[in-house]
This record gives sequence, C-alpha cells and structure tokens, in this order.
Amino acid sequence: MSFTRRRTLALATATVLSLVSLSACGTSSDGSESDSGGKVKLDVNGQPPKTQAFERTLFDKHVKQFEKANPDIDIVPHEGFMDPKTFNAKLAGGKLEDVFYVYFTDTRSLIEKKQAADITDAVKDMPHRDDIQDPLMKIFQDDEGRQYGLPTSNYSMGLVYNRALFEKAGLDPDKAPKTWADVRKAAKKIAALGDNTVGYADFSKNNQGGWHYTAELYSRGGKIATQSGGKWKAAFNTPEGKATFQDLYDMRWKDNSMGSKQLLQVEDVQRMMGSGKLGMYVSAADNITVIAKQFGGKYEDYALAPVPDAKGTLLGGEGYMINPKASPEKIKAGVKWIQWRYLNPELIEKNVADYAKAKLPVGIPMPMVPDVFEGSVREQVEQVKKENANMPTGNYQAFMDSAPEVPGVIEPPRAQEVYAILDSAMQSVLTKKDTDIDALLDDAEKKVNAIYSGS
Amino acid sequence: MSMSLKTSPRPVAAPPLPPAPQRRRAARRRALREHMTAYGFLCAAVVIFALFSWWPIIRNVLLGFQEVNFATGNTWVGADNFEKLFNDPLFLTAWKNTGLFTLYALLLGFAVPFLTAVLLNEFRHARAYFRILVYLPVMLPPVVVALMWKWFYDPGPGLLNEILRTLHLPTSAWLDSSSTSLISLVIVSTWANMGTTTLIYLAALQTIPGELYEAAELDGANVWQRLRHVTVPQTRFVLLVLLLLQIVATMQVFTEPYVMTGGGPEDSTVTVMFLVYRYAFVYNDFGTASALSLLLLIVLGAFSALYLRLTRASKE
Repeated sequence: MSFTRRRTLALATATVLSLVSLSACGTSSDGSESDSGGKVKLDVNGQPPKTQAFERTLFDKHVKQFEKANPDIDIVPHEGFMDPKTFNAKLAGGKLEDVFYVYFTDTRSLIEKKQAADITDAVKDMPHRDDIQDPLMKIFQDDEGRQYGLPTSNYSMGLVYNRALFEKAGLDPDKAPKTWADVRKAAKKIAALGDNTVGYADFSKNNQGGWHYTAELYSRGGKIATQSGGKWKAAFNTPEGKATFQDLYDMRWKDNSMGSKQLLQVEDVQRMMGSGKLGMYVSAADNITVIAKQFGGKYEDYALAPVPDAKGTLLGGEGYMINPKASPEKIKAGVKWIQWRYLNPELIEKNVADYAKAKLPVGIPMPMVPDVFEGSVREQVEQVKKENANMPTGNYQAFMDSAPEVPGVIEPPRAQEVYAILDSAMQSVLTKKDTDIDALLDDAEKKVNAIYSGS
Repeated sequence: MSMSLKTSPRPVAAPPLPPAPQRRRAARRRALREHMTAYGFLCAAVVIFALFSWWPIIRNVLLGFQEVNFATGNTWVGADNFEKLFNDPLFLTAWKNTGLFTLYALLLGFAVPFLTAVLLNEFRHARAYFRILVYLPVMLPPVVVALMWKWFYDPGPGLLNEILRTLHLPTSAWLDSSSTSLISLVIVSTWANMGTTTLIYLAALQTIPGELYEAAELDGANVWQRLRHVTVPQTRFVLLVLLLLQIVATMQVFTEPYVMTGGGPEDSTVTVMFLVYRYAFVYNDFGTASALSLLLLIVLGAFSALYLRLTRASKE
C-alpha cells in the first residue's frame, strides 16, 4: 500500500470517527427513551452539588428510600436547578429532565407556552393535596384551573437588617422599622456612622430593580397591574407608586443614606451586608444564609422583620414541573416523587432532625422547611422546627408572627418585561439627581401598557 | 570490412488517443486521486463549519420568521417578529448606543493603539518589555477585566475617583450616570483590547523603509510631518483593514454592558447584542431575538463585504 493511500485511508478513518463522535453528541440520553424492564425511569433534577456534601448525601439517601418504597420507579438524579438561560436549549435538545425545578417567576410563561405537562389528573388523589396553601397551587395553574406543577417551598419578602449596626447607630435592634418613614429615619442614622456605611440599599440592575420596586410597592398596598375584562393594564402610576420612588429618591439624594454606588444587584448587596457596611434591605429569609455562608456574616447579627407598612408582600418560591413530552406513567411517577420528597410532612420532620444533628441552620423561615402548608400540618411542621432550632429564632419572630396577616401577592404577568421597564426608572431615581418621578411613571406606564396590549 | 549494424530505434506507433471526453474524465480521476488528502481535510472542515457555523446561521434566519416554541413546535409568523422589534422603544436606543459605542471605540480604540505603536517603534531600549506591558491586558479574561474596572469606577472609594481626589480634580459618577456610562465602557474595552491592535500597527510600522524617514528629515520634516506624510500613507492599508475589523468587533459589544451595567443607567448602555440576549434568555422569545440578530448580521455583513473587497483589491 502506498504512503499516499495509507494516509488517505487514515484520514478517511479519522473523518468517519469524528463524524460518528459528533453524531454521538446528538444522541438523546434523556428521559424520553422508552422505559425498560417494566420500570419507569425518571430523570429528576434538584440534586445538590458535591460541594454541599450533607445535602447531597441526604438527597441520595432519599432517592434510595423512595426507590425501595416504589420498586417500579427508577430515579436518575441530576445536579442543578433551573437556569432560564439553558432551559430552552435543554428542551429543544431533548435533555430536559422529566421532573424539573422551576421558580414561581417562570411558571406562567411555561404554562402559556405548553412547556410543562398537565398533571391535573395525577394530583387529584395526591396525599396532603389539600394541606397545601391554595394561592401557591394557583401559581401552577392556568386560567381554567388545570394543574401544571407543584409548589415545594415559598418565601415572602421582609426587611433584613443588621442588628449590630442598629446598636452602633443608637437604634434598638429589637424594634425594627415598621413603616417606610421609620426606614428612612433609621437609614439616616446608620449612614451617619460614616466609613462608607450605607443605611438602606436597593437593586437597580438586570431587572432586579423592577422586581424590588414591585416588592416595595406591594408593601404599601399598591399593584403593578390589574385585570379588567380579561385585559391587563399597568396600575402603578398611583400615589403609592410615586411614594415608593419618592422615598428612595429622598434617601439617595436628600439623606445620602443609600451610598454613592448604584446599579447594584443581589450579590453586591449581600456582600455589603456580610461585611457589616449595610443597615437594611428588602429581601426574603434565604438571604440570611447566603450572607452568613458566602459573605462572612454572623447569623446572630441578622434579623428579619415584616416589610415596612406591611400592606402586602411579594410572594416568590420554587416548585417542580414535569416535562411536556413525558408519558402518563412518568407523570404519575413524577408527581409521586415530588410529593414524597418535598411535600411530605413526615419526611420534613426527619430532615429537620438530620439538619440539627449535622449542626446546619434550623429555624430560619426558609427551606428545608418549606412554608407551603396550611392548617394543622403547618403548625405541626413549625413546632418541629421550633424544637430543633439552632438559629436565633427571636431575630425572625416578628416576621413569622406577621406572616399570616400580610397578604401575599404574586408577580405581575410578563414579569421580566415589566421589570426591565421599571428597572430603568429605578436607575433614574437612584443615579439622576434631577430626575422627574412623575414623568418616569408616565413613561413606564405607557411602555407597560404597550406590552400588555400586544399580548 | 564488417559493417556494424547500427540499428536505430524503430519508431513505435503511438496508441490511438481516446476521445476527448474520456481523456478529460481520466484526467479528472487522476486529479481526484492526487488531491484525495486535500479533499479529506476539506471535507472535515466543511462538515464542522456546516454544523457549527452555516447551519446555525440558516436556522437563525428561519427562526427570525417564526414564533419559537421548543415544546410544541415553531409556527411561521411572517414579519411579526420584526414588527414587534420596530415597536420596541429600546430598538432604536440599542442601535443608537451601539453606533455611539462603535464611534467612541474607533476614536479611542483606533487612535490610542496607533499612537502607542508609533511610540513603541521609537524606543531603542526595553522595546520587548513595553510590548509585553501593552499586550498584557489581552491575556486577562474579559469578565475579569469588567469586574476589575467595576471596582475602579466605584463612585465612592473607587480607584479612579481616589486618584482624582488626590489630584484635587472633580470626581465622576462613571458607570452610575447615563451621560458617562457608555464612554466608561469604551475605556474598558480599549484598555482590554488595544494590545493586539498595537502589535499589528507596530509590525506595519516596522515595514516602512528607514530611508523614507531619513529623506523626510533631510527635507526638514518635523515629527508631526513625518507621521503625516510618511507613517500614515505607508500604513494606510493596515489602518483601513483594522478599522473595518474594529467596526465589526465593536458593534457586537456585549460583555462590558452585561457584566458592568446591565444595560443601565436608564438604558444608556443597552446595545444590540445585549437586547438580543435579553429577548432570548430573559424573555424566552427566540424568534424576536433571531430577527434582531438577522438585522445585525446584515449590517455586519456589509462591513465584512467591504473588508473582503479591500483585501482582495490589495492582493491584485
């Protein structure tokens, strides 16, 4: 064989191999493959990463326990949660898990686009179905009340504050600001400590400013949008909407209590809080863990109070939905898994004990004890949490006590597009001293109505 | 006398030539055999390009005219996505910001590297050291550069304002003001990318024969005149090509606004690519995102065509 021929043959082989390996990349290994051996193979995400050793071991233990109790179901766990940036690519490429994690923010759009399976029939006889708070179940329903997923934990916004800074500024750390006027006064005192200390911080980047404006408006009893005759319309160009911006403007420019650096997003604010340079910001309880774990804060320094004015609070949370291409058997198995793993008071009680034994935080109003139940089940879960608490629960008592009374309000429709518009207005308030709040609200209202009239 | 028989080679009759088409086919077969390896290499490249470059471009064009739903399938919507784009108040803002960014980036990102190259070319000592120094930022990952500059730009304790304060000069809000945010991003982009451009200019400068400068000097030309009448005309082609490449690159600016400003304040740094990203990955509207990418592709295509024409003209 001549050298040229050998070379040609080698090259041809290499090319064929490359093509084979390329085509192998596209081979689906997703859950849409037929189930084998009479078992339903169920790909699920939500497995904690290896860096969270305890949580992962617990998850894997649960998988084994579930499979033992349900020998006809084979759980294939996958690391990770919902990433809106890769969701569509996974769906298009057939790589989306059968049971996938989702934020409350995304459910409406996924239901509208039929990107989640209808599980109405499968949840009818689900254990503890009626113990779950109805407003949370509604987040996973369409206009006709069909169910497309299940909530597994929720949060509502409160006011996170630094008790140590309160003390330093001569404020009583056991008396959190109750109104926005109180927040303004406290922020001024904290900022007066100097050394780049910020009294109150807010987000204003990557749509998070719009999201926070919404939370602050809800706390005053305002609304972003209202529905009439089946059509949505902007509803924030009101005295409450103006007061929300006006207070922020006054704190930023008149009191100089919000610092000079703006265009902040959640990590920036958490970092400021962890380093003891920030007094207050509006957030959910889960932020306390992040501040302590990632940004060096001490749990005992942080407290959570109800949102100022407390006329309403933005609801958020997470849950699980099922792949729209899943077979009826998979849907049934998926619902079984979600209920057993996340909506199971008995398992939650065991988790609380396991967390306490491992000296992991118990007592912060956040997952692993999801606040999705109501009635006696909620009381039972809260009692177990109280008994095992290793966190300064007194720091969150005011928030917990007010929780049943502050009405939870969900996000407006087409939330991200609306947030983008309000983000820009928020930036103007926080970065432009000569901004015109009325003009900002008029402009934002016009743009939001354009979005709703196009839908 | 014996006669040696000298035999001359008997003329051999040449075999009859095959007809012309057969001859051509045979030649083609021979050429194919000879070029088999080249075709093999070409085949792999064509497949890779087709899969990862051409097909995505074609698919992007198709998606631009569809409502995209990866679960239920796409539906053709004609020019609806374009209509939606034209009704989006951010559409014109994004193009205006992109145009301004490109303009500033050219003014700054074109002049600064050129002058740096001229300066480096004049150095007699430590030339390599300075070259490395200028090139160093290129080696930093773009996101690291953006995050680093975010701290420099902090209007409170940020490095730049600290320097200005030390010099008793007025400070700036940098990224936190809609009037300075875009130019602040251009400074970052120029700092991060000027290394490569400077080296290309430097290479071009070094091809200019020294005699030209000597002649100019003898004629009494000063530094500015030498730059204007010798350096610029001699490097005109490189300058033009880099100008076009820079237009194509800067019009796709995304990392800086995404990491540093999120498009703010007040949409002053929303660029076309940033808007494409927002449509695709925040609003999950891949159809409109594709339509906008298509418009950008057409604009960039025009500049690329000009670039190709220029380079081809220079070869001829």
